[in-house]
Amino acid sequence: MTIQTTIQKEDSMIVQKEMIAGHFEKLAKAGETGKKVVYTFVPGNLNELIRAFDMLPVHPEVNALQSGMRKLSGGYIQEAEKSGHSEDVCAYVKSDLGMLKKGNVGPTGLPLPEPDLLLLSYTGCFTFLKWFELLKAEYGCRVVMLHIPYQAEGKITQEMRDYVTRQIEEVVVPALEEVSGKKLDRGRLEDMLASSARAEELLVDIWNSAKNKPSPIDAYFGGVFYIGPIFTAFRGLPECEDYYRMLKAEVDDRIARKQGPVTPDGEMSQQKYRIVVEGPPNWTSFRDFWKIFADEGVVMVASTYTKVGGLYESGFRHDPKRPLESLGEYCLGCYTNHSLPARVKILQDYIEDFDADGFLINSIKSCNSFSAGQLLMMREVEKRTGRAGGFIETDLVDPRYFSAANIRNRLESYFQMIDARRAGA
Amino acid sequence: MESCYAGIDLGSTTTKAVILDSHERVLGRGITNSRSNYELACQIAREEAEIDARFVVLSHYLERTGSIRQHREALMAHLSSYYSLAHYLRQLEALREECLGARARWRCSEDDAGKICEAVVFIFEAMEKEAPGEFQPEKLSKTDFFRDLASSAYMRLAEQVSIKRSIPFGRLIGLFDGAILQVENRSFAGDFESYLELARLKTLEEPRFAPYGDEISAAVAATVGVPFNVINTVGTGYGRLTLPFAKQQIRSEILCHGLGAHFMFPKTRTVLDIGGQDTKAIQIDEKGIVTAFQMNDRCAAGCGRYLGYIADEMNMGVHQLGPMAMQSKKTVRINSTCTVFAGAELRERLALGERREDILAGLHRAIILRAMSLLARSGGVSDEFTFTGGVARNEAATSALKKLIFENYGDMTINISHDSIYTGAIGAALFAKRDPRGVMADLEISKLKTKKKAPREIAGAAGA
Amino acid sequence: MTMNAEDIIKRCEELHDDLHFTYVKDWKAARGAKAIGFMPVYVPRELIHAAGMLPVGIMGGGDNLEIIRGDAFFQSYICRIPRSTIELGLGGRLDMLDGMLFPAICDVIRNLSGMWQMMFEGKYVKYLDVPQNFGPQGRTFYASELADMARAFERISGNEITRDALNTSIALYNENRRLVAALYDLRAAAPHKVPTSDVYLLMRASNILEVSEHSEMLRDYMAAIGDIDRPVRDNVRVVVTGAFCEQPPLSLVRALEQSGCFIVDDDFVLGNRYQLKPVAVGERPMEALVEAYLGDTVATASRYEEDGDRGAYLVDQVRARRAEGVIFAAPSFCDPALLDRPMIEAVLTRENIPYTAFKYAENTGQIQVIKEQTGTFADSIKLWGVQ
Repeated sequence: MTIQTTIQKEDSMIVQKEMIAGHFEKLAKAGETGKKVVYTFVPGNLNELIRAFDMLPVHPEVNALQSGMRKLSGGYIQEAEKSGHSEDVCAYVKSDLGMLKKGNVGPTGLPLPEPDLLLLSYTGCFTFLKWFELLKAEYGCRVVMLHIPYQAEGKITQEMRDYVTRQIEEVVVPALEEVSGKKLDRGRLEDMLASSARAEELLVDIWNSAKNKPSPIDAYFGGVFYIGPIFTAFRGLPECEDYYRMLKAEVDDRIARKQGPVTPDGEMSQQKYRIVVEGPPNWTSFRDFWKIFADEGVVMVASTYTKVGGLYESGFRHDPKRPLESLGEYCLGCYTNHSLPARVKILQDYIEDFDADGFLINSIKSCNSFSAGQLLMMREVEKRTGRAGGFIETDLVDPRYFSAANIRNRLESYFQMIDARRAGA
Repeated sequence: MESCYAGIDLGSTTTKAVILDSHERVLGRGITNSRSNYELACQIAREEAEIDARFVVLSHYLERTGSIRQHREALMAHLSSYYSLAHYLRQLEALREECLGARARWRCSEDDAGKICEAVVFIFEAMEKEAPGEFQPEKLSKTDFFRDLASSAYMRLAEQVSIKRSIPFGRLIGLFDGAILQVENRSFAGDFESYLELARLKTLEEPRFAPYGDEISAAVAATVGVPFNVINTVGTGYGRLTLPFAKQQIRSEILCHGLGAHFMFPKTRTVLDIGGQDTKAIQIDEKGIVTAFQMNDRCAAGCGRYLGYIADEMNMGVHQLGPMAMQSKKTVRINSTCTVFAGAELRERLALGERREDILAGLHRAIILRAMSLLARSGGVSDEFTFTGGVARNEAATSALKKLIFENYGDMTINISHDSIYTGAIGAALFAKRDPRGVMADLEISKLKTKKKAPREIAGAAGA
Repeated sequence: MTMNAEDIIKRCEELHDDLHFTYVKDWKAARGAKAIGFMPVYVPRELIHAAGMLPVGIMGGGDNLEIIRGDAFFQSYICRIPRSTIELGLGGRLDMLDGMLFPAICDVIRNLSGMWQMMFEGKYVKYLDVPQNFGPQGRTFYASELADMARAFERISGNEITRDALNTSIALYNENRRLVAALYDLRAAAPHKVPTSDVYLLMRASNILEVSEHSEMLRDYMAAIGDIDRPVRDNVRVVVTGAFCEQPPLSLVRALEQSGCFIVDDDFVLGNRYQLKPVAVGERPMEALVEAYLGDTVATASRYEEDGDRGAYLVDQVRARRAEGVIFAAPSFCDPALLDRPMIEAVLTRENIPYTAFKYAENTGQIQVIKEQTGTFADSIKLWGVQ
């Protein structure tokens, strides 16, 4: 299904890699430069706010997944389990703690700075709460709790909005002011929010490009690289906007030339199956995992994981006219903060809007937030769309839970099933 | 020239092959427990299937020959059991050669080596003498693998010999263990003609068949002569290494299983397969195409292997578990089907005074409960329901399953067949026939030339 | 009506074993009233009660419930309580509930609330998003959550939740908590007289019985056990923690005691003694309920602790109850309990308090292995004292 054997990289890929590497370098120098460091989470990250105070964000989830991709997480997890952590708990947490115990050297080989503040944006995942309690016990530093209520009824109420906005205003901002020693520069914040909104607009266009046939992007394997800048340290910064403009240009170019996405083995020549995927990817065998699909001519046209840091196709944009409120709304709208019925609807819409042949659930052992209920979701989505669902089980960064043979077996059966139904139909 | 299609299923413990004719009728079935070398396993299984097909042809021939039609069943019984005997003896010979052939590597004195050799020769002579008793035409024998038959005889004789001749029992067993793998992974099908010839001769010694010498010989000759033109082969199965087929010739075991079940039971809509190491729940439509499935392939809980552990723990044979469980009079609830804890939970119950029968019944129910979960996940159970796999031959398991199906999904037809182990291979063979991509080249794997040997005297035949 | 202790416990066991919830059905029928179910850990039962409804704590199906349909909804690496709860639901055994509350304690229960909405359409489902912010922001938000629930309860029951009704209910639950605390104190003072298997069953009964009935039962029990003569045993005093949601089977609780331990404190059925002080009765009972959640409560894994260290509460418990060690008993796959554990273990180590840990499921069958472990633990404390 692929026509070239040399690994191709898009320019935007190189740029985002450099951005992230650059950020790790800045973090390594934080002690020298006197920059204050805030640890926070991707879902519910208040990057513009942190940056408005000239502080540097660290995202332990990103450290964990990067460690996974570089095959370091296995050792970290074992280290954490040796010091008493259960096999049953989240592998991200164990990878992070293991990394800490082994000297807190980040995934790029540079040291990670200790936190001046743990900004516990508690949205979409209970484990976040425990994670920062554990880090607090390790570092003895200050923690700020930002509790984002759950969209249990499938909507955001005014009470929820007020709760979050007030916390940001009355708890988070004062804490940031105290730790940074500066006052909040509201003008700067507003500028960044405006920039974020522009980047978000571009991102939504990029996601929508997958409606084309052939799709110019892989919205899952390629998608995880696309979300790097906007979900982490760069949202609100000019380089983020630049990146998305560049990426969109590349995507538009591929649309014009009817080209598919670049895969690890080169450009995908024939897209046999358009699939929507629910659940995070496996990081420790990322390329192999991607290859299993690319070899079968599978292109992912939409994914839910790439919305953990914001579900922008809903129309939400950061808004300079309502800075703290829109930041709060942002936190409330991250994918994992949506109710199960809402998630079913999102999947259903993706399948219909992107004209998918089927959908796949990658059930992650570590992650109860995603996984608990996926079996019901699968049956419900099948019922509503008439498309078959595939179901595989892996993990985020624990290499013990990735079995290529297992996955291949299930996927082959799944795609042959689609073939057979197409033939029979 | 008979056009036919082959399907090969590499399972976790056995490899199965099925050959279909152009009307999608089953010509032959073969099974082998050879697994270590995938190519070899495929070859041997296919050869077994071809042999089986030849016997079917033979049977048809006899059927069409008016004069001996009435004796057809008895003749088939004779011919196939003497054939099996010849085959068995040939394998024994090979096994003996392997045992003795390793002599150069034995670490012991020349004297001891001599003693051991003599003992081995003695054992095999005895086994050859006993062999005809295992292959009596009147005996309704289930097909045991060579390993099973040979090892039980060898063990028994070795024990006697070891005591009598003061040779370490472990030594003798060690020889067997080393040799059996070699013999298992070798094909003996090339000698088909010579075995059948021996069988023919021995059969004709029987007074009631003697008058029909010509007809029988003609039938045998026709059988040997039938060419099988396998137009296409499809393989399936679960292998960590790549299956020895071209990519276009592989179909997923889920699809093969679904189609195979449909072939055997056209009205079936839900299929459950509990194998040695995995469990599959499959939903199929009226054409046998899979619409949904769920697999439990990461964890052996609730699979055949679990029963194997239990059997070991209780010092019983796996095939004895079912019958014992059927003697249960009380419900004992077993909460964990985790194979790791199987032993612990079992011991705990025994210590609490529970009867083995009741515990076993609880264990069987626990396995089936896991299967029920998988079925529910795959979309439930629809009429008709088909149960396949090794565990389907366990009456306690099937009894528990039927009860739970009726309780939860209502009355329905439940299909359980002795031949269900061939379901995947049948499905694969059907795919081979229906392959929409047209006629494909035959497999490269069976290149072994047929070796012709002179008919060897069947030892002790006259006396047996 | 006073019963002897044995009869009381027998009744509790019957209630515990009855997964058809006959008591609830009878209670509803006798009054023509409604019942609201809730999952662990804590919901303000007073509010349900004030609407004239029966709060029913659903804590899974235990070891007597076979899961046939529930497993179709959860992968193997998720705890058992959601499966058995769904099993109960799909089996029609929860049909007598007119609503189901899911307090925020972890992602599994959180997602279960959404599943419940999809599977039991038309039933009232409320995810009670208890605040993790305990300041004015959390206060306002939680007050709105309670107000929202109160409106729903009024609608379902057809009764207005008047101030008086709420005060009455609060008073009844205050009394119940006082009695529970007294029972726990009694057990800590004389654990040989008050077996934990009894306490456990009495706590489980609090999930089912109407609060006044439960209070009476507690009074009767405490009066009755005074008469029982049980020999003092040389058992080790331990605190059990981690069992606040999926409950261990009764056989496991018994085994812990048989292995040589006196359980002098625990977190079984934690919701019925969540508040450490009485809830204020007076002018503004709704506000009192809000305050009752924000402050003066137990510490537990799913409740964020702003100040202090995780584990400090447990250490205080150990000291207050003169315990000699801690047993972590967490359900398999329980994120809150298992992620808590290393932090707490570190604190215990610092305080020189010995501990041991194991995992269970609500239907654990291998009691022997656990018994050996806790037995050895008890022995090591007896033989070598504090390490």
